[in-house]
Amino acid sequence: MNINFRQETFRGDFTFKNSPDTVRRFPFPFHEDSYMYSVNMEPHVRGAPGSAFDSLIDVDEHYVSEMQDRALVLKEDPLRCQALPHMMTSQWDTLELIMEQQAAGYPEHFTLTRDGDNWHWVNRPLGIDQKFVFGDASTLPYEPMEYITRQAQGDFCIVDQRDNNLWMDAGMVTTQADWSLDFDIGMNFMEWHGPVPLAHQIGVFERALKFLLNLQQGKPVRRLNWTMTINPRLDTSPENYPKWGPDRMTVTPENVGNKVHLRCELQSLWRLPRSNAILFVIRCYLIKMEELVTVPKWARRFPRVLRTLPPELVDYKGLTRYRQTTIDWLSKFDDGAPTSPGIFPD
Amino acid sequence: MTINTDMTVRVTAITPVAEKVKRFRFERVDGQPMPVFSGGAHVVVAMRDGDLLRRNPYSLMSSPRDSRAYEISTLRVENSRGGSAFMHEKLKVGDTLVLSQPINLFPFDVRGRKHIFMAGGIGITPFIAMMDQMHREDRSFELHYAIRNRSHGAYWKDLAERYGTHRVKIYVDDEKLFIPVDNILGSQPLGTHLYVCGPSGMIDAVLAKARGAGWPDQNLHSERFLAPPPGKSFRAILKKSGKTITVGTHQSILEAVEAAGIDAPFLCRGGACGQCETGVVSCEGTLEHNDHYLEPDDKKSGRKIMICVSRLNGSEITLDL
Repeated sequence: MNINFRQETFRGDFTFKNSPDTVRRFPFPFHEDSYMYSVNMEPHVRGAPGSAFDSLIDVDEHYVSEMQDRALVLKEDPLRCQALPHMMTSQWDTLELIMEQQAAGYPEHFTLTRDGDNWHWVNRPLGIDQKFVFGDASTLPYEPMEYITRQAQGDFCIVDQRDNNLWMDAGMVTTQADWSLDFDIGMNFMEWHGPVPLAHQIGVFERALKFLLNLQQGKPVRRLNWTMTINPRLDTSPENYPKWGPDRMTVTPENVGNKVHLRCELQSLWRLPRSNAILFVIRCYLIKMEELVTVPKWARRFPRVLRTLPPELVDYKGLTRYRQTTIDWLSKFDDGAPTSPGIFPD
Repeated sequence: MTINTDMTVRVTAITPVAEKVKRFRFERVDGQPMPVFSGGAHVVVAMRDGDLLRRNPYSLMSSPRDSRAYEISTLRVENSRGGSAFMHEKLKVGDTLVLSQPINLFPFDVRGRKHIFMAGGIGITPFIAMMDQMHREDRSFELHYAIRNRSHGAYWKDLAERYGTHRVKIYVDDEKLFIPVDNILGSQPLGTHLYVCGPSGMIDAVLAKARGAGWPDQNLHSERFLAPPPGKSFRAILKKSGKTITVGTHQSILEAVEAAGIDAPFLCRGGACGQCETGVVSCEGTLEHNDHYLEPDDKKSGRKIMICVSRLNGSEITLDL
C-alpha cells in the first residue's frame, strides 16, 4: 500500500487534516452510546485491511509531519525522551520490534536486512539509510529507543517489571494527553495512575496490573482510550500548558467543526523478549468534528456519549468549558436513530 | 517477533547428561527461528502420551539469544506422575511436541550490582540461561551449586570451565561439602540480588536465612515448580460450562478441566503466576491450597483456588468456570 504522506502542521497555522480514507480508518473508541472505564483489553492482532489495526505498528498519511513535529518538541525540550541506565537491553528490544513491524507492514517504505548483528535499516519516507551493529549503541546516532522512536508515530514507554509491579523507566513522550514523562519517570503503575478518578474505586488498576504482569511474549494486547483536544495539537504536555490550555476558551458555535477534535489513543502492550520489560505504545489519532460527522454512526453516537459522561470524567479530561457547545453542534447530526454495535462505520 | 503463539517442534537430540538427567533439543518444524528470550524463562511443553495430553513447564537452559533451537534438561523423578517418565522413556528423536512461547516468572533484576545464584540439583537449569545472558552483558555474578554427588550433578564441570572456579562453586553432599549460606549472605556489597532454585526445603531455608540477615525482600528471588500433588478423587461442577467432571487421584483440576475440552487460562502450571485463579462457588470438604500465589486471607476465605496445583479433600466442589 503506497501512502501519500501529507505535509502539514500540528502547531502555529494548524494545517493538519484527514483525507476521507483516513477518516474512515480512524479508531473510533466507543463501541456503544455511553462510556465508562473498564479493563477493555483485547488481543492486538491484525484487523480489517485498511483499518488502523491492519498493521500492528500503524503508519498513516501523517507519518512524515508527525516525525517533524516530534523533532521540534525534542529540540525545545530534550527531557521528553529519557531512559534509565538499566533499560538498555529493553531499548534494543524496542528497536527490533518497531523495525520488524514497520518493515513487515509497509515493505515499500521500510526495509530491514540482517546479517547476524550487522543490520541495515532503510526508511524511505524520512530518507534514512543506516547500517549499524545490533547491541552496539555507538553505531547509531542516538541511543536505540530514541533512534527508532524518532521514526515511529505515537508515544512509547518502556516499563520494567520487578517486585510484582511495573516501573516507568524509559520513554519517548511528545504526543501526550497532558502527562509528563519527566514527572513520572521511575514511578510504578499505581503511582503514575494516581490522578485518574473513579477507576481506582472500581478496582480497574489492580486487575489491569495483574493482567499485565502476566502479559506473554508473542501475545500483545491493545485498548483504546480517548480525550478531546482544541486545535490539532499533538504536544498537549503539562510543560507547555500555557500554549494550549487557553485554546479551550476559544470554542464558539461557529468554529466547533474545525477546532474541536476527538483524540483517540490506540494503546498496545508488548512483552519484550530479551529484557522481559513491557513496551507500552500510545498512538494518538486526531479527528475534527466536521470530519467525524461524515460517518453517520459516529455523528449519532458521539453526542450521546458526551451527554451521559460522568461529571468526574468531564473534569478530568478537561472538557468542561466546551462540552455543551460541542454537544449542541453535534446534535444537528443525530436523528435519534439506533446505532449498530461496535466501533466501525456501517 | 512472532504473533502466533504455540510452536510445533521436533526433538532433534536427546543427550544423557548425568545420572537420571537428560537434555532435549527442540527445533521448529516450520523452519522459523525460535523467539529469543530472557534468562530465567520457561516453556510449557505439551505432549501426547497415549490418550493423555500432558503439559509441563520446564526452564529453558539454552542461550537466550540462540534462535536455532531451545534446550531443556529434565530429571527422571522416581514417583513421577508420568511427565518425566514420558520424557525419559517414551520420547524419541524425531517426535513432535508443542511448546508455548517463553514465559519468564524468574527474571533477574537488571538494576542489580551483583547477582548470586544458589542452585540445588536440577534447579540449575534457569541459571544456565541467566549466566549466558549475564556473561554477554558483562554483569557480575557467582553461582553456588549443590549436587548430591559428582555423577548425579549436571553441567557442573562445563560451567566451572566456562565461567571459572572463582565464579562457579560446586558443593557435593556425598563429600560433606555444603553451601556456606551464612558466610555468603553476610559478605555482599549493597545492591546484590540473590536467586534460589532447587528443592522446596532448600529454597525455604536459604530465604529464611537471608531475611534473618536483613536482606530486603526486593533482593530475594526464587522459583519452584510444584508438581500437582496427588490426592483423593472428587467431583467438580463447572458452573459456567454446565459440566460435571471427575478429578482423578493423579490429576490436577486444571488437567481434568482440559480433558473435558474446556479452555481454562494458565501460565506456569506450578502455583506461582496467578493466571488460573478460579472462584469457588461452594464445596463439600476442605480446600487443599498448594500454591504460592494466594494471600493467606484468600486461602482462608475458601472462595478462590489455583486449579493448577490445589485440590479438594472431600466429595464435590462447584467452580466458577
